[in-house]
Amino acid sequence: MNARADFTKTDGVAAAAVLASAIGVFITGSLTTLAEISESLKTALDWSGAVGPLIGKTGVGVIVWLIVWPIFHALWRGKVVNFSVVYTVSLILIALGWLLTFPPVFKAFSG
Amino acid sequence: MTMTERELWTVLHGMVFGAIFLLAFAGGFAGLLSLKPELITGAGIGVRIKRLVIGMWTMAILAWLTVISGTYIVYPWYRAEDAGSPRSLLLANAGTKAWHTFGMEWKEHVGWFAPILATAAAFIVTYYGASLAENNRLRKSVLVLFTIAFAASAVAGLFGALLNKVAPIQ
Repeated sequence: MNARADFTKTDGVAAAAVLASAIGVFITGSLTTLAEISESLKTALDWSGAVGPLIGKTGVGVIVWLIVWPIFHALWRGKVVNFSVVYTVSLILIALGWLLTFPPVFKAFSG
Repeated sequence: MTMTERELWTVLHGMVFGAIFLLAFAGGFAGLLSLKPELITGAGIGVRIKRLVIGMWTMAILAWLTVISGTYIVYPWYRAEDAGSPRSLLLANAGTKAWHTFGMEWKEHVGWFAPILATAAAFIVTYYGASLAENNRLRKSVLVLFTIAFAASAVAGLFGALLNKVAPIQ
């Protein structure tokens, strides 16, 4: 095992991967609900007539994930961060993202 | 024994890419769960890690293929404006409306969580390698992430199969 891959010496890379994925999930969930609240946002997310706003909701989620992951990775690589805190925050974001894609929840905000 | 182009893509999306992801989960889960120094020799851990890395990246790629083929190829046929599209047929009947408003609308969003989370899990397994066996906290964290990816895929897969039974894409 090399030093780079020793979790006890550097948990930053794992924390970056987990938090970035949770942000991607949360953004996708948030946009699902926000698109129900705002008709103009729903229209803005409709990048393709054939797919509808789903393409924008998931596309923005994936793009944000792909942007924040390398940023966190560069910031935390080789460092020890508080993995437990980052992991807990990530699980909360994933749970919220999941909740915001649940139809009874996002339809409650439907205009 | 013929299939239309739409039926073929629907099969690829759900029964090939999606189903293999779901079936492979058990192997990946068992591999991660039993990755403990007290259960495997040092040499065994190395072999197991190589297998896990290949398996988890294969699953992540399958998850991406599932959502991309589903969203960009199959979904436009499902939601087409014409009266004969599955979406139109489901919404036209009060008894089947919820298959779209609940089933499809949940599936189409939550399914995208699977490739994002599976990719993060595969990356962590690749990066930390044998360290996973020595650190229960990290291993369990990856297991949870991997299981959430599976759950998202399972919701999408279950509703996909049921929807294709109620209103097939033809």
